[in-house]
Amino acid sequence: MSTINRSASQFIASVVSNKRVGQYHQLILQVGDIVTFCKPGNFIAIKVGGESSRMILRRAFAISRTSQSSSFGGTIELIVAPFGSGSSWLCSQPEGSELDVVTPLGTAFGIPTEPVKALLVGGGYGSAPLFGLAEVLKLRGCKVDMLLGASTGGKIYAPMEGKRSANSLRIYTEDGSMGEKGRVTDPIWALVQDNAVDVIYSCGPMPMLAAISKLVEGTDIVHQCAVEESMACGVGVCMTCVLPVANDQGQVSMLRSCIDGPVMDGSLVQWDLVGQVPEVHQ
Amino acid sequence: MTTFDFSTTLGSAWFPTPIFTASGCASSGKELSQFFDLKDIGAVVTKSVMSKPRHGRPTPRMAETPSGMLNSIGLQGPGIDSFLANDLPWLIEQKSRVIVSIAGETVEEYATLARRIRSVSGISAVEVNISCPNVENRGLVFACDPDASRRVVDGVRKTIGGELPIIVKLSPDVTNLPEIAAGVVDVGADALALINTVLGMVINLDTMRPHLGGKTGGLSGPAIRPVAVRAIYQVHAALPKVPILGMGGVSSGRDALELILAGASGVSIGTASFGNPTALMQVQHELKELLVARGFTSLSAAVGFAHREEM
Repeated sequence: MSTINRSASQFIASVVSNKRVGQYHQLILQVGDIVTFCKPGNFIAIKVGGESSRMILRRAFAISRTSQSSSFGGTIELIVAPFGSGSSWLCSQPEGSELDVVTPLGTAFGIPTEPVKALLVGGGYGSAPLFGLAEVLKLRGCKVDMLLGASTGGKIYAPMEGKRSANSLRIYTEDGSMGEKGRVTDPIWALVQDNAVDVIYSCGPMPMLAAISKLVEGTDIVHQCAVEESMACGVGVCMTCVLPVANDQGQVSMLRSCIDGPVMDGSLVQWDLVGQVPEVHQ
Repeated sequence: MTTFDFSTTLGSAWFPTPIFTASGCASSGKELSQFFDLKDIGAVVTKSVMSKPRHGRPTPRMAETPSGMLNSIGLQGPGIDSFLANDLPWLIEQKSRVIVSIAGETVEEYATLARRIRSVSGISAVEVNISCPNVENRGLVFACDPDASRRVVDGVRKTIGGELPIIVKLSPDVTNLPEIAAGVVDVGADALALINTVLGMVINLDTMRPHLGGKTGGLSGPAIRPVAVRAIYQVHAALPKVPILGMGGVSSGRDALELILAGASGVSIGTASFGNPTALMQVQHELKELLVARGFTSLSAAVGFAHREEM
């Protein structure tokens, strides 16, 4: 067997609950024992549109949290923005619906073996997987500070129970409608200067991830980011979701964000080359 | 209970089932091996490999379209050295049958690739991909030019000798497909792979520019299935003795049966694997049931059955 997709399986998951939370939907899916393989950073690929759908590709969503309950067994939580036709279909699925899913897919956030000072940075609903991550980091004794940002307050996803898993939470909106007015990246440099951060975990739009990578360039801070590229398959066969990423020797190749990511080392992603093709080194 | 013969042949190569991966849609097999056993299908057709490592085209490389998708990968791959050192031995270790797909920028590159693989054991056949639409210069799509197609296949045949069956993958984006097919068979193709993707384009309404980094892309998925059925039907009518590996929008057993009735001896599953990693097993199971339900005692009896009134 190969090590690629090694915990993944395809199965039918039922919708335990579907609640509207601001501009997003919180879906809880019953996944059984698979839950034990689902780590913060992993994603799920869901078939959308029903049997006669003209949408042939799965939609990928970050797993935001996992839990084991007595009534439903293993469940996972997804935060979905109903913006496209596939995600809108998913958000319209009532409790009890059955979904064809493939999970867990992709790389997970690396969890430090020792307690560290962790800064979690989320943009828009990119904050979703950070709450599950925060819980895991807290259990390891890490200090967890969280920064969430969006263009406007309605796009901030910050549930009450999630807030408890972080030592601090600061919210930034570009229009000032919630929290402080500004960008989520604004306070990072000061935190770095204060020696308040060992590891940054980030999830959100690519320009935000690129900006964080630039901010911590030349420091000892580890930046683990969950990248976002459009995917067709989610399992590594289609080669559409590639990003230019360097290896330890500095050689750049086009890696798949589905199996070599979504969590990648921000210092190795060649942000300036995203959307281009690197020169071939031979 | 009567036994049903599900096996098929492409040239001198024998396969226990007629269901294959499609080149470029299963990488080199590792990714899908978590979802099914690769030795349970007819063969893995590997992603077209070139002489040197290649980054491919810039992103975005994908656009979903009604019942289909456009891709613009541009033959990203590790190059033949890495393929022979890593990917192929792994597939052989899995006891998978392997059809190696090759692609080149020049007639000579195809011959060079053929020389590299001709003496490697564990390969069932070679697919000569002369129809990838995602190259910088459309002039490089050999399959759109009868003379260029013949030169490539002639070069590969002379290099490879009689050892490995040659399957030539053709494009449906031509005026006279049977003529191009007859040309490559004339210089030594043992079988034909029909069809490659259909050249297409999507304009992004936000940027009001072509959506794909490479501007154009190959259309695949159920949207192109009728094009595949037509191409297979036409070529089988013109060249009834030449085996065809059919592909194009197959996502169920009934789709596969349609291609077989049109004249395909085997069916590759491509884009369906993107939406359903177990599509190959599902199609294989359904196809067998459909053939048995129609009273066929073998797969080969159904190949080209749609042509029977005209013969």
